[in-house]
Amino acid sequence: MRSAGRPGPGSVPGQVERGGPDGTGPAGGGGAMMRFMLLFSRQGKLRLQKWYLATSDKEKKKMVRELMQVVLARKPKMCSFLEWRDLKVVYKRYASLYFCCAIEGQDNELITLELIHRYVELLDKYFGSVCELDIIFNFEKAYFILDEFLMGGEIQDTSKKSVLKAIEQADLLQEEDESPRSVLEEMGLA
Amino acid sequence: MPAVSKGDGMRGLAVFISDIRNCKSKEAEIKRINKELANIRSKFKGDKALDGYSKKKYVCKLLFIFLLGHDIDFGHMEAVNLLSSNKYTEKQIGYLFISVLVNSNSELIRLINNAIKNDLASRNPTFMCLALHCIANVGSREMAEAFASEVPRVLVAGDTMDSVKQSAALCLLRLYKTSPDLVPMGEWTSRVVHLLNDQHMGVVTAAVSLITCLCKKNPDDFKTCVSLAVSRLSRIVSSASTDLQDYTYYFVPAPWLSVKLLRLLQCYPPPEDAAVKGRLVECLETILNKAQEPPKSKKVQHSNAKNAILFEAISLIIHYDSEPNLLVRACNQLGQFLQHRETNLRYLALESMCTLASSEFSHEAVKTHIETVINALKTERDVSVRQRAADLLYAMCDRTNAKQIVSEMLSYLETADYSIREEIVLKVAILAEKYAVDYSWYVDTILNLIRIAGDYVSEEVWYRVIQIVINRDDVQGYAAKTVFEALQAPACHENMVKVGGYILGEFGNLIAGDPRSSPLVQFNLLHSKFHLCSVATRALLLSTYIKFINLFPETKGTIQEVLRSDSQIRNADVELQQRAVEYLKLSSIASTDVLVRAGGTGGRRLPPGPRAGTGWLRGAGNGARGLSPPGGAGSHLAPGRGLAGWAGWGMGHRPDPSTPSPSADLLGLRAAPPAGSAAPTTAGNLLVDVFSDNTSATSGLAPSTEDNFLSLPVMQPGSCQPQMLGLYIGSEGHRQGLAHLFSPPPPRGRFVCKNNGVLFENQLLQIGVKSEFRQNLGRMYLFYGNKTSVQFQSFTPIVTYPAGAQLNIQTKAVEPLVEGGAQVQQVLNIECLSDFTLAPLLNIKFRYGGTLQNITLKLPVTLNKFFQATEMLSQDFFQRWKQLSQPQQEAQKIFKANHPMDSEVTKAKLLGFGCALLDKVDPNPDNYVGAGIIQTKSLQVGCLLRLEPNAQAQMYRLTLRTSREPVSRHLCGLLAEQF
Repeated sequence: MRSAGRPGPGSVPGQVERGGPDGTGPAGGGGAMMRFMLLFSRQGKLRLQKWYLATSDKEKKKMVRELMQVVLARKPKMCSFLEWRDLKVVYKRYASLYFCCAIEGQDNELITLELIHRYVELLDKYFGSVCELDIIFNFEKAYFILDEFLMGGEIQDTSKKSVLKAIEQADLLQEEDESPRSVLEEMGLA
Repeated sequence: MPAVSKGDGMRGLAVFISDIRNCKSKEAEIKRINKELANIRSKFKGDKALDGYSKKKYVCKLLFIFLLGHDIDFGHMEAVNLLSSNKYTEKQIGYLFISVLVNSNSELIRLINNAIKNDLASRNPTFMCLALHCIANVGSREMAEAFASEVPRVLVAGDTMDSVKQSAALCLLRLYKTSPDLVPMGEWTSRVVHLLNDQHMGVVTAAVSLITCLCKKNPDDFKTCVSLAVSRLSRIVSSASTDLQDYTYYFVPAPWLSVKLLRLLQCYPPPEDAAVKGRLVECLETILNKAQEPPKSKKVQHSNAKNAILFEAISLIIHYDSEPNLLVRACNQLGQFLQHRETNLRYLALESMCTLASSEFSHEAVKTHIETVINALKTERDVSVRQRAADLLYAMCDRTNAKQIVSEMLSYLETADYSIREEIVLKVAILAEKYAVDYSWYVDTILNLIRIAGDYVSEEVWYRVIQIVINRDDVQGYAAKTVFEALQAPACHENMVKVGGYILGEFGNLIAGDPRSSPLVQFNLLHSKFHLCSVATRALLLSTYIKFINLFPETKGTIQEVLRSDSQIRNADVELQQRAVEYLKLSSIASTDVLVRAGGTGGRRLPPGPRAGTGWLRGAGNGARGLSPPGGAGSHLAPGRGLAGWAGWGMGHRPDPSTPSPSADLLGLRAAPPAGSAAPTTAGNLLVDVFSDNTSATSGLAPSTEDNFLSLPVMQPGSCQPQMLGLYIGSEGHRQGLAHLFSPPPPRGRFVCKNNGVLFENQLLQIGVKSEFRQNLGRMYLFYGNKTSVQFQSFTPIVTYPAGAQLNIQTKAVEPLVEGGAQVQQVLNIECLSDFTLAPLLNIKFRYGGTLQNITLKLPVTLNKFFQATEMLSQDFFQRWKQLSQPQQEAQKIFKANHPMDSEVTKAKLLGFGCALLDKVDPNPDNYVGAGIIQTKSLQVGCLLRLEPNAQAQMYRLTLRTSREPVSRHLCGLLAEQF
């Protein structure tokens, strides 16, 4: 995902009922928090999903389907933010993968966009020039890295070093446990 | 798949994943998955105990299958087993499986909690973090119950590692969000606040999130965080871009932490401490200054991170709304972004400016960008950005720029995305009404809306234009002319036809003088659209036609022809058919006078005051609460209130339910009154009220053919009948309040035979009446009792006697204030000038708790009150009886007894009615015979009556003979209802 891409395609109305100049309410009205994060491919294959608010499986599937459709239909150069249901969606496309976060009304869109970027950087650093296949074959690692970075929808540590240190420590433990095998070797077929 | 030996890593998993990827079809994939599931199931069930590695591998495969979107119903136990493994990777996979797949399965939760407890107690920071992550990921109430008191302890313990502190803080945050009641506040809270001073930036970052959430519910407990946050922020903002090392992101020092601190500060008002406040203002200024500095990097990440802080700082400035200088600077900064090449920044600038527009300090500054925003609306390629532009235009609109903004929005509407049309329509409608200086502009705007985007014009919008036109006579002629012109278009929207039908029906006469829009031209124009319209619109048009017959007698023939055609009078739709039948009948039997009242033009034609509307509102009250003629809603929306109700729409809210909604069913087509015991009398009453208010020709006691017509609603309680009449009188109804809709209609004729009692009662008000009559004079005492503990204000009862002057009623105004619990009295002096059928009306208006109450009642003054009993002998009686033998002098009714046929009660009623009871006149002792003279100022009318009960059939025959036909009929009707 080196080609730190432009935001992806599509044009679907960020409809959702909008108010007029109503945003003045006491800031931080809703608990500022990420609701979920999705990674999916241009073909609409879901690669990773992380939910930070209890949601039923049925509802999850429905939301994923709906949101993928919305985001995939957008054209490049469109803005990275859209209103969807009662949420704000921040997304960015990196090569063939869309990273998509749903945040609440008062949350900061730009910092969320950079949060996505920081996660991509972490993946990239860990896998060494990460590609979609890395995430397919090592999905559990993608989850572990995300967990080190975000917890309960809040950023836990923004330092690349701290996050990777935690992951590497874990890998070290793994290697003590098992015969040493690099990530690439382990996949064999990648 | 053969068992894989220990050293092989998770090759089995990789092979499985690539197998799945190689599947050519969904079926093949499912087949492969089912094979794998069978394999795993057999491994888990097998006799041979699986080692940790195999368990991990299979659990991981299950996880993969689940993430592909398939259901997994086993393997949970194996995953839980992995939790207690002392190998990190096995434990990790176990936790991952649990956090992804377990929601709250009580059986497992106990085992899981046990494993978590062990890991939390292990003092191994890696294991502790895993456990905390799992708690946060599952985040269920059970988890909160088990760990809500443990996690704070871990968080503030002196020996906890930094990484564990971070996890504990966010874990606690998650538990607090799920179950705030389970997280005990205590001495740990003050220690949490001091984490803002922690050396470790990661700990601070996590702690700010927690504090931001906790302080919303307990602002006082966390007050000290304000000064700590300010000093932390100040240190970050003033640090050089490299000071914070790994926490610097693309040359921006700690952007996430800065944003979070600025958010935290938005939970509080501006700091009171001047030093703290000064420091904060300095920070905000620095952030604004930095936005003007040349970028330290060309990377978008740099500018995004920098601007993320800037936008958050602007949010804080808007939140404080107290620093004009900062607000204007913020506005200028956003103004620059409006033309930035980054779509994201333009979007955010538009969004942020919306909130600035509502601050008095920056509203004017925002307005200076109007051209840029209009340009954005026209040229932005992304609909979500255009939507922000429309929002901002709406927010910055005021009296000075309303015309420009509305016209830009209208022209945008021609090409607007379908998804936002309805919203734009609503915005335009609201702005047009809110800032209308002359109402012809408003009418033009709304008609344009219908023309451009008719499909998106909701009922609320077109009801509203009608309300406004009805309430403002200066615009009625213009509206009629404009709508007439709009209807010329060969294809016009159905909403236009509705508005046209309504407005021409009411005000078509205002343009009828011009031969180009003569009545017939108007009618033909409307009727040319008729067949393309829906049933609801056609029903409305039929009502327009009956109004036309009234407005323009010359159209009567043509319209009757139309109504008589099979496509109307035999229409398959019940509603249309019924309207056609009734309107046709109405047009042929009723005099012009009736139509004037019934045709809906009454509101304009007649002097103000409730008349026809009353009977309808009161009569239909129980049944049809939701029913309200267009004006009916509009009228209590005094212009100011109407707007208030509307302003809400723009925010996506519905109007306040306590405010009569302008969307209340205009035509009453939807609200059928529930059929109930009251319905028949109610409906009958309604008709009687409508008609009896007019001429004797169609009074409520009409015999023969009219009987059928009048009794229609009685035969069909719960049909749309009442609503239809509501429509006739629709435009007058708007002068009524709805308050009395909620009080039951008093039984009709209760006061015909008695003079004292409770005339009216609802939750607020009770009205008592006492009266006495002598010859042609009467005196009535009305007692108004305030049943509440709150003062009534502007209490004004007004007596009206509309048609003709057969009664002369004099009274004095009462005190406008009625204290809670108090009673005030009003005396009416009544003089009967001539015989009459209509009862005078009492209209009471007052303010109760800010809302206008409006009640209209009939006063119990009926012709029989002026009866003077006359004793006479048998032969005299029969002689007079014979003298009055012309058919029109006699009125007779045969009716079923509604009450037990008790002779004493009957006698009392007859005496109460006012006549003398004559004994030994009738050969049949069961019959009653009475005589009396109606005394009026101008004439005296001798009356003879005979009542013949038939106990077997439970029927009566009542015969009245007087020298005046209307009197016979009226008295007969009044008396017949008493038995």
